[in-house]
Amino acid sequence: MNERIFNSLYRIRRVEEEIARIYPTDKIKSPVHLSIGQEWIAVGVCEALQPDDTVFGSYRSHAYYLAKGGDLKKMFAELYGKATGCAKGKGGSMHLVDVAHGVMGASAVVGTTIPNAVGYAYAMKLQKSKNLVVSFFGDGATEEGVFHESLNFAALKELPVIFVCENNFYAIHTHISRRQKTPNVCDKAKSHGIEAEQIADGDTQRLYERVNAAADLMRTGRSGPQFFECLTYRWKEHVGPNEDFDLGYRSRQEASPWLERDALPRIECLLAPEVCRRVKTEVEEEISAAIRFAEESPYPAPEDLYKDVIGD
Amino acid sequence: MERTLSYIDAIREATDQEMARDGSVVIFGLDVDDPKAIQGTTRGLLDKYGPERVFGTPLSEDAMTGVAIGMALAGLRPIHVHIRMDFMLLAMNQLVNIAAKSRYMYGGQVHVPMVVRCMIGKSWGQGAQHSQGLQSLFMHIPGLKVVAPTNPYDAKGCLIQAIRDGDPVIYVEHRILHFQKGLVPESEYVVPAGKARVLAQGKDITLVGISYMVLECLSARDYLSSADIEAEVIDPVWLSPLDIDTVVKSARKTGRLCVVDNGWTACGVGAEIVSQVIERVQQDRHVAVQRLGYAPVTCPPTPVLEDLYYPNARTIASTAYDLVKGGKNAWLPAERKDLAEFEFRGPF
Repeated sequence: MNERIFNSLYRIRRVEEEIARIYPTDKIKSPVHLSIGQEWIAVGVCEALQPDDTVFGSYRSHAYYLAKGGDLKKMFAELYGKATGCAKGKGGSMHLVDVAHGVMGASAVVGTTIPNAVGYAYAMKLQKSKNLVVSFFGDGATEEGVFHESLNFAALKELPVIFVCENNFYAIHTHISRRQKTPNVCDKAKSHGIEAEQIADGDTQRLYERVNAAADLMRTGRSGPQFFECLTYRWKEHVGPNEDFDLGYRSRQEASPWLERDALPRIECLLAPEVCRRVKTEVEEEISAAIRFAEESPYPAPEDLYKDVIGD
Repeated sequence: MERTLSYIDAIREATDQEMARDGSVVIFGLDVDDPKAIQGTTRGLLDKYGPERVFGTPLSEDAMTGVAIGMALAGLRPIHVHIRMDFMLLAMNQLVNIAAKSRYMYGGQVHVPMVVRCMIGKSWGQGAQHSQGLQSLFMHIPGLKVVAPTNPYDAKGCLIQAIRDGDPVIYVEHRILHFQKGLVPESEYVVPAGKARVLAQGKDITLVGISYMVLECLSARDYLSSADIEAEVIDPVWLSPLDIDTVVKSARKTGRLCVVDNGWTACGVGAEIVSQVIERVQQDRHVAVQRLGYAPVTCPPTPVLEDLYYPNARTIASTAYDLVKGGKNAWLPAERKDLAEFEFRGPF
């Protein structure tokens, strides 16, 4: 398990570092919201999922797309706007999708996919499926009306959905304390009758274990929805490849404890050095191949503009 | 065998038959399972199909629209019901940003087969927020289909088509149309998307009615015949995709086109139809055009002002007369009892 977690964490980190490296060349024609520093949440949650489980998310979509098994080549091709992209160049970074691997899309509008995940979970229950659904969103989404409407309905119908709040404290540049009178996210879930747990220490394995236990209860019909609030920190700017401590809305000092508890070295030190070396080599090769695939792929044809608006 | 049904029963029968045929069809919305059963359109469904497939919802139009989308992504065919179209304004984010766009922005990997039923109110004090005809808002959005059936036959066939359709369909009902009766086959049938109906032939002017205004246009045609004017009346049925060919053909023949919307004229269905017709015929045919619709104000509940707010058969006939004969307000027919407004009595 630790090797799997390290592989997934390292792969996402390196993919996003490569995106940040390539971004200034303007080959990537899509605004990127990087997850660097927050990857452990997607990894801890998705490791507890089955291939047929489904995730919905937000525009900060790279980490859970990859953690759930989304195709890396198609992801890079999508960022490049190529016809071979996961959405054929029509989605971009904010709308990554890979239905075959249970990544059911993402929205640029905060909170918007939360009810979609709930509706998907309703279908799972109606169809007597053992599969469950995860809804990823940020702290900002907990201020949207649709968040509360969705939690109420999921609780009312005891649906197999796990809500995961990636609380990085900032909605773009505004701290949660300036947006919420009572910024206790778990209390909001509990007020709707949903069990909620905060993971404050950035521990990937613990998150995996807690989600795994919750998923187990859910699959056997012993539990309705569950809620996890994961405290985390966004290392980079809201959108783009750079740091943004120069803007003055947050300090490097505030960030430093989060950087020190980075999930990647915490798990790497538990593995044998040769295992880590092998994982890193494989990941680097995969990323190089994916970038090459994106660069060599064709752009969509002009007639593709009118495809997939409505069905035939 | 010929059989007469009300518009309400036609909707109920279409839903019942589709739910029996396809276990993935579910229906929900405020009050869907209550004793009044959405004017009777959902009556009996709860007993037959159970509370998992037929249920009333929390007052959460936004989330429940998103829930419908999630269901559709998972292979269900949800029908979401709003007893007033005005309430859909709470659901615009889900409808416009997700339902309409998913097929395209996910590169064809998914589609969203869902139906949103909604009702427009009129008269008996419906007022500002129970009367809006917002169909043009939805016509504006690529990826949404919009249908506004005006008789029981189309109510059934269009609903079955909408349920089986692979895309989100906004199904626009009008509260007054609910009381229409007409021939409805017992068997299942579809009224395919994108085909208009010519309801009455005429050589002098083309009247296009939207939703309930089809009825007023048909009455206007009777008024006009007393002035020796023959009006052709078209019901587009589907507003998106829109069968503009049928309207163009008629307008080319009559040289005069009046579109009567059950909504405001600015950026409305009339503006769209008139523009498309002119774009098509302007090289070789002059067509005189006119839009009619709600007065550009908020709907007042008091009957004295409300009468002035809506087009009716007589004002439509008067407008048509001017287009045919020239002049302005040259003629207003005396009211005929047999063509009086389709009265609606409250409370709902």
